[in-house]
Amino acid sequence: MIPELGQFALIIALCLALVQGVMPLAGAQTRNRAWMAIGKPAAAGQFVFVLLSFLVLTWAFIQNDFSVTYVASHSNSALPLMYRISAVWGAHEGSLLLWILVLNIWIISAIIGGRHLPEIFNARVVGVLGLVSVGFLAFILFTSNPFDRLIPAAMDGRDLNPLLQDPALAIHPPMLYFGYVGFAVPFAFAIAVLLEGRQATDWARWAKPWATMSWVFLTLGIALGSWWAYYELGWGGWWFWDPVENASFMPWLMGTALIHSLSVTEKRGLFKSWTLLLAISAFSLSLLGTFLVRSGVLVSVHAFASDPERGLFILIFLCVVVGAALTLYAWRAPRMTSDAGFAAFSRESFLLANNILLVIATFVVLIGTLFPLVMDALGQGKYSVGPQYFAAVFIIPTLPMVLLLGVGMHTAWRRDNWNRVSRHVRIGAALALALGIAISLLAWDGGGVLSAIGVFAAFWVMIASLVDPLAFLRKGQLRRMPLALWGMSIAHFGLGVFILGAVVTETYSVERDEALRVGESTSVGQFEFRFDDLRQVEGPNYTAVEAVISIFDGGEEIAVLLPQKRVYRVQQSPMTESGIDARLGRDLYVALGDPLGGNAWSLRVQYKPLVRLIWLGCIIMSIGGLVAVGDRRYRIARQDATAKIPAGTARETG
Amino acid sequence: MKPRRQRLVLVVMIVVGVGIATGFALRALQENLLYFYSPTQVAEGEPPEGRKFRVGGLVTPGSVNRTEGALDVSFDLTDNNTTVTVAYAGILPDLFREGQGIIAHGRMNDDGVFVAEEVLAKHDENYMPPEVAEALEQVHGKDSGP
Repeated sequence: MIPELGQFALIIALCLALVQGVMPLAGAQTRNRAWMAIGKPAAAGQFVFVLLSFLVLTWAFIQNDFSVTYVASHSNSALPLMYRISAVWGAHEGSLLLWILVLNIWIISAIIGGRHLPEIFNARVVGVLGLVSVGFLAFILFTSNPFDRLIPAAMDGRDLNPLLQDPALAIHPPMLYFGYVGFAVPFAFAIAVLLEGRQATDWARWAKPWATMSWVFLTLGIALGSWWAYYELGWGGWWFWDPVENASFMPWLMGTALIHSLSVTEKRGLFKSWTLLLAISAFSLSLLGTFLVRSGVLVSVHAFASDPERGLFILIFLCVVVGAALTLYAWRAPRMTSDAGFAAFSRESFLLANNILLVIATFVVLIGTLFPLVMDALGQGKYSVGPQYFAAVFIIPTLPMVLLLGVGMHTAWRRDNWNRVSRHVRIGAALALALGIAISLLAWDGGGVLSAIGVFAAFWVMIASLVDPLAFLRKGQLRRMPLALWGMSIAHFGLGVFILGAVVTETYSVERDEALRVGESTSVGQFEFRFDDLRQVEGPNYTAVEAVISIFDGGEEIAVLLPQKRVYRVQQSPMTESGIDARLGRDLYVALGDPLGGNAWSLRVQYKPLVRLIWLGCIIMSIGGLVAVGDRRYRIARQDATAKIPAGTARETG
Repeated sequence: MKPRRQRLVLVVMIVVGVGIATGFALRALQENLLYFYSPTQVAEGEPPEGRKFRVGGLVTPGSVNRTEGALDVSFDLTDNNTTVTVAYAGILPDLFREGQGIIAHGRMNDDGVFVAEEVLAKHDENYMPPEVAEALEQVHGKDSGP
């Protein structure tokens, strides 16, 4: 009976979402305050029922209710409790339910955070979010019901994919979804502005915290996925340009462009229509990502569904949302003109360059991701695009972007001159150049020109990010530095850290596949790996062969790694658990391959310098985003809105 | 800059930027496209010589040969019509096993052996790479056809 309750709750949620989607929009159009007011309670009710439905599904997993098809297919009574809970979003139906729950959490937050916004504007935002919710609730109810019964009930479940039985993967999807779905809020703001059809700039200040928060979650979600792939799936790779990774990376790139463009609209009232377009694009790419991942057109661990009906539903939904939004944009955006100007050398120009380069970067990733699908759909044959394509092409827009970033950060709005700015960046440039050359020549085993440029770029960004905090420090006013400036400095510093990690890992990693017998050893660089022992290990729901590998640095033992080859009992599928000795400066990585006969096993041993900086950089970037959201002017924004300051008054703050 | 001119500059920059990016992207795309062929197509000599490509099929049961104590392995891939022998030196993916659908990426050597640089098997028991599934289906279709 309980699972039916969950489904029933979803149906009620759909009805409430319809009310939330239709009434406030109609009310805003007809100036009917009662209709507009219905949106909020409807949203609150929807949230309660979606949450209820989610809890019901979770309960079914905890209770091992194998009369529910979804539970029987993705859980097992021997599965540890933690993974029984994370199994809720371990496959298509449940992850869709999580998506809807996350959307509802964003809707409630947007309603609470936006209670000071003008009534009509807010009603439109709530309405648009309601319509998005309708789409997804209809999707889950009509094509992917997680509460379908299995009659007769299974004796036991088929277990969760062993790959997903991992702590990082338990939190990766929620993080990622908070990021993806969060872009629905700036999207709704943009649609509300377009519906209003007036000159609006203050919306940028309202929308920016939402866009930034989504971006923070997306950054963390992508980083988690990369980290998980590194130790679990990828045999030491951290990014594969896999279509599914790209599906989350494209909204990230577009979201990054959006945050920067919002700054210009917010502070200077410029790029109005461009910012609206970016807000629409970022969410559209999130939907495209959902389509790619959920439709089964892609082949990967993530592509749960291979049901064409589901793919078709999302494709239609995608076309409706994007089509409607762009039509509205084409109709209304020409009204968004701005009369302010800016000099060629100004903050605006640099942010413009940032935006164009980020859009180009998104574009090249999009081409590489969609090309095989398009060719296949046209019957032109089976292709795949190698990661070399992405690696080669992605750097074309991003390298100039990173170089410009260091100057742009210190350039004033409206007009600036190179002489003034160069004083801030000269020392940094020289220092970065010296470090770039020194590291390429001295550290590790010597790299090429490209890696020297990469290391230079990394230090260039990091040092440029220190300029503002140092200037405040010198004046003894560090406490008075605005949080927005802190956020920007921290996030950009994180980007530099990330670049350093990525460049050094890619250039100087050593990877070796070896056939070893117990007692033999191999060396990678200065490190000696000795294969000491091989033993059987019993886990809660798997059996494993475990190797004992001692690592020596100049004769001194520094670590003992225990890589495993697991076989999960239910699905009888093998899994590699790598052994990693992680330090900030480098990882030593061992993965156990197969028995090769004659007592030998294949082992992959790796030395990965600075690989931790890749994820550390992402974490620092996210912290920067969080700090920026705390800035005073977003609190002022709320007061402004309460005071009903007329729209279109661009104010200089921060 | 006046707004009108500014917009013009913006549009021109975007068009030029996107144009250049597309040019580079398409060039790089052409160089890095991996073509997929079935064992039958390989036997018929369809893949251009000297170029890397992907071949996929089922691992023929009993065909996996290991050099004892070394990383070298060879196995046959079949689409139930023709087989191609694949040689590989390295660690095979977790789900590599006989009868499983896999994809190998590499090139043909002069002896007609496919030398793989990479062997892919996806992480799902029931999973069949769609390319392989289609290749098998085509053979099946030929058999049952008139």
